Amino acid sequence: MGDHHHGPAKGLTRWMFTTNHKDIGTMYLWFSFAMFILGGAFAMIIRAELFQPGMQLIEPAFFNQMTTMHGLVMVFGAIMPAFVGLANWMIPMMIGAPDMALPRMNNWSFWILPPAFLLLASTLFMEGGAPAFGWTFYAPLSTTYAPPSVTYFIFSIHVLGLSSIMGSINIIATVMNMRAPGMTYMKMPLFVWTWLITAFLLVAVMPVLAGAVTMMLMDIHFGTSFFSAAGGGDPVLFQHIFWFFGHPEVYIIILPAFGVVSQIIPAFSRKPLFGYASMVYATAAIAFLSFVVWAHHMYTVGMPIAGELFFMYATMLIAVPTGVKVFNWITTMWRGALSFETPMLFCIGFLVLFTIGGFTGLMLSIAPADFQYHDSYFVVAHFHYVMVAGAVFSMTAAVYFWLPKWCGKMYNETMGKTHFWISFIGFNLAFFPQHFVGLAGMPRRIPDYALQFADFNMMSSIGAFIYGASQIMFLYNVIATIVAGKPTSDEKVWDGAEGLEWTVATPAPYHTFEVPPAVK
Amino acid sequence: MCFKAKRLFRLALAPVLMLMSAAALAAGGEVSQVNMSPGVTELGKEIYDLHMLILGICVVIGAGVFGVMLYSIVYHRKSRGVTPSQFHESTKVEILWTVVPFFILIGMAFPATTTLLEIYDTDDADMDVLVTGYQWKWKYEYLNEDGENVSFFSNLRTPQSEIYNAESKGEHYLLEVDEPLVLPVDAKVRFLVTANDVIHSWWVPQLAVKKDAIPGFINETWARTSVPGVYRGQCAELCGKDHGFMPIVVNVVSKEEYAEWLAGKQAEASKIKELMAQTFSMDELMTRGKEVYQRNCLACHGANGEGGVGTPIAASPVATGDLGSHLDIGINGVPGTAMQAFGAQINDVEMAAVITYQRNAFGNNMGDMVQPIDVYNHKEG
Ligand code: HEC
Ligand code: HEM
Ligand SMILES: [Cu+2]
Ligand SMILES: [Cu+2]
Repeated sequence: MGDHHHGPAKGLTRWMFTTNHKDIGTMYLWFSFAMFILGGAFAMIIRAELFQPGMQLIEPAFFNQMTTMHGLVMVFGAIMPAFVGLANWMIPMMIGAPDMALPRMNNWSFWILPPAFLLLASTLFMEGGAPAFGWTFYAPLSTTYAPPSVTYFIFSIHVLGLSSIMGSINIIATVMNMRAPGMTYMKMPLFVWTWLITAFLLVAVMPVLAGAVTMMLMDIHFGTSFFSAAGGGDPVLFQHIFWFFGHPEVYIIILPAFGVVSQIIPAFSRKPLFGYASMVYATAAIAFLSFVVWAHHMYTVGMPIAGELFFMYATMLIAVPTGVKVFNWITTMWRGALSFETPMLFCIGFLVLFTIGGFTGLMLSIAPADFQYHDSYFVVAHFHYVMVAGAVFSMTAAVYFWLPKWCGKMYNETMGKTHFWISFIGFNLAFFPQHFVGLAGMPRRIPDYALQFADFNMMSSIGAFIYGASQIMFLYNVIATIVAGKPTSDEKVWDGAEGLEWTVATPAPYHTFEVPPAVK
Repeated sequence: MCFKAKRLFRLALAPVLMLMSAAALAAGGEVSQVNMSPGVTELGKEIYDLHMLILGICVVIGAGVFGVMLYSIVYHRKSRGVTPSQFHESTKVEILWTVVPFFILIGMAFPATTTLLEIYDTDDADMDVLVTGYQWKWKYEYLNEDGENVSFFSNLRTPQSEIYNAESKGEHYLLEVDEPLVLPVDAKVRFLVTANDVIHSWWVPQLAVKKDAIPGFINETWARTSVPGVYRGQCAELCGKDHGFMPIVVNVVSKEEYAEWLAGKQAEASKIKELMAQTFSMDELMTRGKEVYQRNCLACHGANGEGGVGTPIAASPVATGDLGSHLDIGINGVPGTAMQAFGAQINDVEMAAVITYQRNAFGNNMGDMVQPIDVYNHKEG
């Protein structure tokens, strides 16, 4: 039995055994940043090889391992845990709860992650190399033709799926049961709303992913033929199962980002969010639609025309709620009193670039045109505009926005703004030309390319190096802030910020809202 | 004023930088292709028009959205001393911007549906070509021709020395093959697309054709090319190590040239039949075998038999062991591994030569040889 007002324990055990949502949030955030650096290093290797035509640095087989590991580490290791970390820190503080509903499970859901990724990374040193079948791991390349390390890959997917499911159950339980009196659903900050919906998506689709990898395991080791045509199975079945998980997954990645942006834009516009209710409904609509559009990733597999048309129409429909969101954010800025601190810059960057990604998404949804876009660099450009400029930019904005609240110190604004501009320029230089080479006919996932793609690929590599290097500035700024930032004890930090998290002391004490606040 | 100008300048910086780099490229030589090509088929033109339509709509909407945002950024900034308005909903506009996009989408859906229906209409083809993806080459088989079916493999022709930068790269670097697919102009060609091992995807941008090649399935697609010429494409679906090295070359020629080419191919096939009845000397087998090895086996077994995706051939227990089981692996492959059944891919002369080569190259020096008749007998059991 501890003292009611105890602080954190000392030393390593604090982090091993902690059930405190802030500690766990912090660990998630650092872990995801480490994975962001690791996945980024893989990307740098890829872009270095693609700097010029010809094979210079690595072999084609290793190139495939790099693309595969880059995708897996970024999606499952960097973006998803980053938003879970943010949820851990912010959701209890935003709804006036003392902690997450299931703190011990919270500890578990974090601590099984590092071993899972250690296992995944260790496959790089195994005989036959790491998985080399792409982050979408289509069978039979990932079954009959896979390197032996695929078994470890399957196990690590199982573990991180488990972690995600536990994390989501925790979020659902917290939001449903631990809101302060008066905090009705329609008063919840949008970040909480988007995470609640995301958590339901996760609980629904992670088991499907687990099913897919289990079927792979059976095919590889136990003589079944789910995905092997020779044994009466169906390789296309794999794609249906994968994308039934995979499309909701992309919304799992972007919905919390929508939430973050919906918190930050009003703060720096000094004006309430426009269309709160329609934001909630649009999020729910996107989540619902995300279950019925999966085969837009499979227009070229030879579906019957009726299926093709259904998935095309459904996918086009997603543009409507997505458009509503963008219009609402811009109207929030309209006739506000804008200022452009680093978090706001990253949100505006998000708004511009995510919208471009949404436009290319709409183009991709047009099945006949997708016959030309599919599996080309155009798709690579599309999903980096939504995943990097969407999810990663918003995550970066979130760190700058809440960091002063977390540690009671102010980051260096000039360096933050410089980080934004270098990121913004580097990102666009890296990914905008990929639209061009994709349309001109360059397939994705190739280690070497024909000469007509050379100019834009070199540009793209230079941009990628710039973007990559700018993250070191980010890391430096965060560490410098924590160690030696200018102290602040202003509860609000930002004059336009609204919400319960800004009513507690700065830095946020180890325990907050032990007595629930009253929400009018 | 000066302050604002500075901010605006910074905002404009990113696109300007991009334009500058584009200009630098343009100055340095020809400008690279930045857009989809309408290609050389009617469908390609239609797809291109559709692409430009949607792109145009996106650009117009984007200009509106970003224009409003830019206006806000410039005129509604705190530093101008504005007081923020506090409005936060308006059912009217919210309904408007839900309904209007919906109708725009319906407008897009019409041309999209028509084009899709045409792509799916594979009826009434003038001829059929069976396209089979292998790790890492394509096989083309001309079906329903009078007389013999013609079939052949199409391998990457770019030498390793160009890929590994020992020699300067040719004009069609990575987009050249030993034997292109030859098609007659103005004929509706139906492609039946499948695969032998993993999933591949047959993509020729100029023909506006992309179809996944999936083991156990036969997908259909088609093209009618109106301009003779050479059109190049690549495998579009990740299919393992050499996914980037299995190009497609389609040579579209006049109907007469096509007929001539086909007759030549058929004559070649009967000549190989004759060769199969012959007995070759060791030297002949070794010369032919080296060629076959480099074309078909090198990717996995290495230039010096040192192995890679495949096991080493130098000092391999199989290549230095029983001849029958060596031949059997060559013909039937090793099921469940990347070692394919080459019996169906190369002819008996080539098989005899390559097995002989493997047994006598890379220091294996077995001294024995295989004749085409041995291969034939092994196949017949
Ligand atoms: C796509 C890659 C690939 C290609 C191309 C390939 N092989 Fe193989 N080969 C393999 C693999 C993998 C094995 C090992 C199979 C096993 O696990 O037993 C193998 C094994 C062999 C063996 C047995 C060697 C031993 O010591 O076990 C022989 C003989 C052989 N291949 C002959 C050939 C010939 C002849 C060709 C060209 C006509 C060829 N291979 C082309 C992948 C390939
Ligand atoms: C307007 C909304 C969107 C639409 C209409 C849309 C549509 C599409 C379509 C049709 C494809 C398949 C392209 C192809 O392979 O041929 C695709 C690919 C992809 N999209 Fe989106 N998208 C949208 C938003 C997003 C968002 C928000 C994300 C993630 C944050 C995302 C991530 C991806 C990814 C990762 C792929 C590629 C998957 C792969 O093959 O590896 N998309 N999108
Ligand atoms: Cu999708
Ligand atoms: Cu391929």
